[in-house]
Amino acid sequence: MAATDVDIFSNEEKRNLSLGGHVGFDSLPDQLVSKSVTQGFCFNILCVGETGIGKSTLMNTLFNTMFENEEASHYLNGVCMRPRTYDLQESNVHLKLTIVDTVGFGDQINKEESYKPIVDYIDTQFENYLQEELKIKRSLFNYHDGRIHICLYFIAPTGHSLKSLDLVTMKKLDSKVNIIPIIAKADTISKSELHKFKIKIMSELVSNGVQIYQFPTDDDAVTEINSSMNAHLPFAVVGSIEEVKVGNKTVRARQYPWGVVQVENESHCDFVKLREMLIRVNMEDLREQTHSRHYELYRRCKLEEMGFKDTDPDCQPFSLQETYEAKRKEFMGDLQRKEEEMRQMFVNKVKETEAELKEKERELHNKFEQLKQMHQEEKRKVEEKRRDLEEEMNAFNRRKVAVETLSLAQPVKKDKDKKN
Amino acid sequence: MIERPESTVASIAQRNLEGYVGFANLPNQVYRKSVKRGFEFTLMVVGESGLGKSTLINSLFLTDLYSKDYPGPSLRIKKTVQVEQSKVLVKEGGVQLTLTIVDTPGFGDAVDNSNCWQPVINYIDSKCEDFLNAESRVNRRLMPDNRVHCCLYFIAPSGHGLKPLDIEFMKRLHDKVNVIPLIAKADTLTPEECQLFKKQIMKEIQEHKIKIYEFPDTEDDEDHKLIRKIKERMPLAVVGSNVVIEVNGKKVRGRQYPWGVAEVENGEHCDFTVLRNMLIRTHMQDLKDVTNNVHYENYRSKKLAAVTCNGGVDLSKTKNQMTRSPLAQMEEERREHVMKMKKMETEMEQVFEMKVKEKKQKLKDSEAELERRHEQMKKNLEAQYKELEEKRRHYEEEKSNWESQQRILEQQKLDASKTMEKNKKKGKIF
Repeated sequence: MAATDVDIFSNEEKRNLSLGGHVGFDSLPDQLVSKSVTQGFCFNILCVGETGIGKSTLMNTLFNTMFENEEASHYLNGVCMRPRTYDLQESNVHLKLTIVDTVGFGDQINKEESYKPIVDYIDTQFENYLQEELKIKRSLFNYHDGRIHICLYFIAPTGHSLKSLDLVTMKKLDSKVNIIPIIAKADTISKSELHKFKIKIMSELVSNGVQIYQFPTDDDAVTEINSSMNAHLPFAVVGSIEEVKVGNKTVRARQYPWGVVQVENESHCDFVKLREMLIRVNMEDLREQTHSRHYELYRRCKLEEMGFKDTDPDCQPFSLQETYEAKRKEFMGDLQRKEEEMRQMFVNKVKETEAELKEKERELHNKFEQLKQMHQEEKRKVEEKRRDLEEEMNAFNRRKVAVETLSLAQPVKKDKDKKN
Repeated sequence: MIERPESTVASIAQRNLEGYVGFANLPNQVYRKSVKRGFEFTLMVVGESGLGKSTLINSLFLTDLYSKDYPGPSLRIKKTVQVEQSKVLVKEGGVQLTLTIVDTPGFGDAVDNSNCWQPVINYIDSKCEDFLNAESRVNRRLMPDNRVHCCLYFIAPSGHGLKPLDIEFMKRLHDKVNVIPLIAKADTLTPEECQLFKKQIMKEIQEHKIKIYEFPDTEDDEDHKLIRKIKERMPLAVVGSNVVIEVNGKKVRGRQYPWGVAEVENGEHCDFTVLRNMLIRTHMQDLKDVTNNVHYENYRSKKLAAVTCNGGVDLSKTKNQMTRSPLAQMEEERREHVMKMKKMETEMEQVFEMKVKEKKQKLKDSEAELERRHEQMKKNLEAQYKELEEKRRHYEEEKSNWESQQRILEQQKLDASKTMEKNKKKGKIF
């Protein structure tokens, strides 16, 4: 008997088994990690803030390196996105860092459209990824991922509250990207003012329903530090690449006549906290959130827009093939219908014109029928006249003949008379 | 407005860090997250009954996957090839692994084994299909990875070479799943026989262009040496055992014979440790990656290509189509169709205009013709009228002439008769 019959025995219940020794799969995370390290990591930061608020300086300070930057002018027509990619390495870890700057943000008189280029850029990155994911032949594992993992929103240190531009922009971005608000140039605010400022900002964000990134507290190893940091948001930062000698150490700081603001001093500003949270502790979580939350939301909306559904009207789940086939059938049907419509339109046009021309022809014929009849009439009249004339002539001729015969006969009579 | 990125992938600027940044901690973050998520692995074993598949599984994972309560498929009677899966959850060192073992009892056991690989292929494809559907949903949630990551193929220790069934099976499955061939029950072969057997098998595998799982190249010298050693020992000759025996005071897993104990974990006795280290301790992740990046992508692109180009597949266009998603493909076809329709439209317009012009011309011609005839007839009539007028005038003239003549004659007659009367009266007549 041929062994072709299939009996697939699916046992889905999971049993817990205990191992009788060291098997060795506890090296799996290490295998995964070493693979990731070989591949290299990629991270994309978006800096949103007014011109001159210190975005480039902060990036330089955070990553301890001089990135290229020209000072931006205040006179640009609109907001311009400027992405730059760098290859960094720390011990054996390679990082492909992309920093996207918003040049010209907040400079225009009318700032209503300021958020648009930013949203468009983020969406474009999502779209590119989605397109790659949908390709028939795709190579996701060496795709250069440009999706923004974190948006640092720079708040101006007014000390009072958020500007309306800030609220509007953050509201537009909060469903598309992880936002961490930071207070820039924090060395212009005193400690007490700062405290009040932070509370005001957070309450405004909450009351306007802006969702900022919360450091995750579900992983035991980092719950404590993350939840305490969550309470310090927004971080008040100071950036500097200049080094100043303080005591017997050289630190990065800003030198004022009244003192030195040390960047890495936690009682001077929250720079270290930002660096800890952003890079050392939660970088991977930011990447994951971007992929599993923001990107999925974008993808879902896009697919629904295109008419894809997970279940058909009877709530039966669609298989991918069915979906594509249904789409294709619809599509082909649509094309055929368009073709038919066009043909039909032409047929109608032809009919119309034919009818028109026929009508003209008929009119022409009628006209000439009339003329013909007129002619007939005239001809008849002419014939009548001719006949009359003929008759008259005949009558005259007869008269003539009669008279002549009479005159011929008369002379004989006269002679006769004479003779008598 | 988006500026063109100043550093494209090809020319990314290098930067040196001048101090501590902290992203060297990224690997730890990845480690933590992966442990939290847990791992999954699906292992398939294929081979004739009695080759020791279940025993090997138990030995590999140092557990009783198949025990009295859950008897292995080999202890059950079956008439046809089955594909059976068992899921177990095992923990070690804080790492959780959901292990799925897929067994194929009945494989190669019938008298006529044609197509006995079909259920296996169907199983693998159905798992890929499940993943494809889950990946393509609009609402995607956690996608469990049930795809087969590795297939251990058991070769009977004949000592001569591969059987036709072995070759046929591996040829059909090598581009669907990672195939690792093993020599089963290797304790029936002496080391020399084993060497020859291995050489013969590798030769036949190369002859038939069978692609068995290949270890990835590595830059690390030490790893490279290790991998080369493994490669030289392929296919691995294994011995499995559920029984722990005491040898020289040590408790080892082995098979007790009158002439000695064949130890499972002794590298000189068999390649079991090599298999275990490779399969579990060093290359488990790579097996999953190859399944995801190569075999699954293969399956997916074939599946989607079939959906997109249903019907005739134009080879010249296929290359372009492959770089697009099916939707982009449809967009392209839509654009082509729009162009075609435009062309058709202009053509039809042209034909239409031409025909209308023709007809209008005809109408004009016939109008002109009729006009001409009308003119002609008018002229005719006028001529006739003129003729008639002429005649009448002529006649009138004649008549008036004759009448005046008659009148003169009458007058003469009257005069003559009057004179006669006069004469009569006078009596001149005698």
